[in-house]
Amino acid sequence: MLTVTNLKTCYGKIEALKGISLTVNEGEIVTLIGANGAGKSTTLKTLSGQLVPTAGSIEFEGVKIAGLPAHKVTQKGIIQVPEGRRIFSRMTVLENLDMGAYLRSDKEGIKADLEHVFELFPRLRERLAQKGGTLSGGEQQMLAMGRALMANPRLLMLDEPSMGLAPVVVETIFEIIEKLNQDGITILLVEQNANLALSIADRGYVLETGQMKLTGTGEELLANEDVRKAYLGEG
Amino acid sequence: MDIRTSVDAAKMSPLKLAIYAGLCLLVFIAPIWFQGFGQLFLVRILAIVGIYVMLALGLNIVVGYAGLLDLGYIAFYAIGAYTGILGGLPLSHWLAATFPQYPWLPGMSYFIMIPFAALAGAITGITLGTPVLRLRGDYLAIVTLGFGEIVRIALNNNIFGITNGAAGLPKAGESVPKPFPLEWLQNHLYFSWPNFGSTGFNFTFTANVYWYYIIVLLCVFTIFVVRRLDDSRLGRSWTAMREDEVAAASMGINITGAKLYAFSLGALWGGMAGITFANFQGFVSPESFTFMESVFVVSIIVLGGMGSVPGAIVGALVIQGVPELIRGMASSGLLQTLTGIQVSAEAQSAISNYRYLVFGALMVIMMAWKPQGILPSKRRARELAPESEAALDESNQTLYDAQHDTAHPGEDR
Ligand SMILES: Nc1ncnc2c1ncn2[C@@H]1O[C@H](COP(=O)(O)OP(=O)(O)O)[C@@H](O)[C@H]1O
Ligand SMILES: [Mg+2]
Repeated sequence: MLTVTNLKTCYGKIEALKGISLTVNEGEIVTLIGANGAGKSTTLKTLSGQLVPTAGSIEFEGVKIAGLPAHKVTQKGIIQVPEGRRIFSRMTVLENLDMGAYLRSDKEGIKADLEHVFELFPRLRERLAQKGGTLSGGEQQMLAMGRALMANPRLLMLDEPSMGLAPVVVETIFEIIEKLNQDGITILLVEQNANLALSIADRGYVLETGQMKLTGTGEELLANEDVRKAYLGEG
Repeated sequence: MDIRTSVDAAKMSPLKLAIYAGLCLLVFIAPIWFQGFGQLFLVRILAIVGIYVMLALGLNIVVGYAGLLDLGYIAFYAIGAYTGILGGLPLSHWLAATFPQYPWLPGMSYFIMIPFAALAGAITGITLGTPVLRLRGDYLAIVTLGFGEIVRIALNNNIFGITNGAAGLPKAGESVPKPFPLEWLQNHLYFSWPNFGSTGFNFTFTANVYWYYIIVLLCVFTIFVVRRLDDSRLGRSWTAMREDEVAAASMGINITGAKLYAFSLGALWGGMAGITFANFQGFVSPESFTFMESVFVVSIIVLGGMGSVPGAIVGALVIQGVPELIRGMASSGLLQTLTGIQVSAEAQSAISNYRYLVFGALMVIMMAWKPQGILPSKRRARELAPESEAALDESNQTLYDAQHDTAHPGEDR
């Protein structure tokens, strides 16, 4: 579904991605783990069109999308839940969800998806009229995910959904990610919480200072010595 | 799907409807009344206020809706005004020479030129906007400010040898043709009741009255378009962009496109107001397009309430109407008749000079006391005010219902 080859991205003179390659197959949960500053967010931002790569290619369903502006990438069905959520804080919960469906005009489908979002996140239905900025961190993450779902994504990219959340909430969020995957949405999950991410992922990649260090299935990586030492706080 | 703000007669309470009807009647009657009682300057002031309402509503698209601070808006006004005269005069001569059997035709040149002046504004807007809209906030404000000054200075320096420098247009000996059908109205619409009141009532359809009605019509058209815009998909994309460009882009909004739309639509209205101003005055010169004018228009929006139509009207009345009124009343002697205060010539010029001081103080007070403006738009009021659950509930219920097709038009909860 998504094939990334030799991708390089720079911030000015600093090369944050030094030629990474990865693939995501339809129906998978693929996770990208790595320490703080490894380049995980940079990868997602490049994939979503927010940053322009200096080299390499990104192919989505056979179409080259590297360098496309963000709104064009969204049109292709790749939706990003960005780091820090970036919900519209002065819009209400409902308006936020409504913005997610910005590109769509199928009224029936939008209505059905809104109901679906409320089923996944009953909390959001209760907070319908509340301004996004006044929600708790967990609710904001739910809203950001709900808003992305309203766009009817084929590939959903999540940047550290567990960041700053209480363990119970993280668990809920991860359950929902698995559920979405079962419903047919392909997932690219960026996480620092490697243990949790690898436990739900089909495959994983380990990123270190802009380079791919390791790749394998979730179980393989969970069992890997280096991974256990570096990211799971063991040894 | 967005919160509807349009004026929907079916939804309005009888009181609101009565107020609207009363205001419409007032707007219609005012010039007849003032003209009839010999207060011609009041008609003129109202027409000027109308032009500023158009300018404010146009700039509101850029500043209020899209959240881009444009401090050189008056440049588009200037371009519209000069396009109107530079194109309108030759056009009227040509029409007079080519179709002598239709003597009224040259008077149509203003109307024919409106789309061109608006287009000139919009094209300039796109030309400036394309490179500049990548800049954010303060940088954009500074670049647009510079652009405004460049246009004024270029006009002042007789650019391309066509603007006649500081002396303005049209050149001596030429004049803007009377717009159609002013001549006919002047000759046919007059009435007089010598015994009405102490002064008698003598109405003639003067040029000022004519322009007043033209400007009111243009304002109504502007309000219609602006309200539609606010409700539209484009309006929603502006709201999202104002909040978070990155998030808006990942919702599929073309940020550059949305900005360019706002900028060029605003410029289009600047151009339209410009040609109207030029024909209304019968004359344009660079001194009408100083930086202070841009500041006035921004002030009208800020004072009235960003993104709000009634706010723009009230703002224009306060910022442009009140000082003109005081000055006009002083120079026509009306102030003395009404209050008994004798206003010397020096005091008159002091009044117009001190207005800047008063504006400054007014803006500071407004920002401290009511940052959302006198008559804020519903959305802005919500954005700036602390949570008011009741208001939120109400607006969101209709939104929610709209998506579930359970609400019926005209039905309140
Ligand atoms: N806007 C930026 N300008 C310059 N350098 C940046 C910028 N954003 C990130 N970086 C650098 O790029 C590297 C990767 O950052 P990032 O992708 O955010 O890491 P991660 O998401 O894995 O924590 C870091 O060294 C970071 O300092
Ligand atoms: Mg990150």
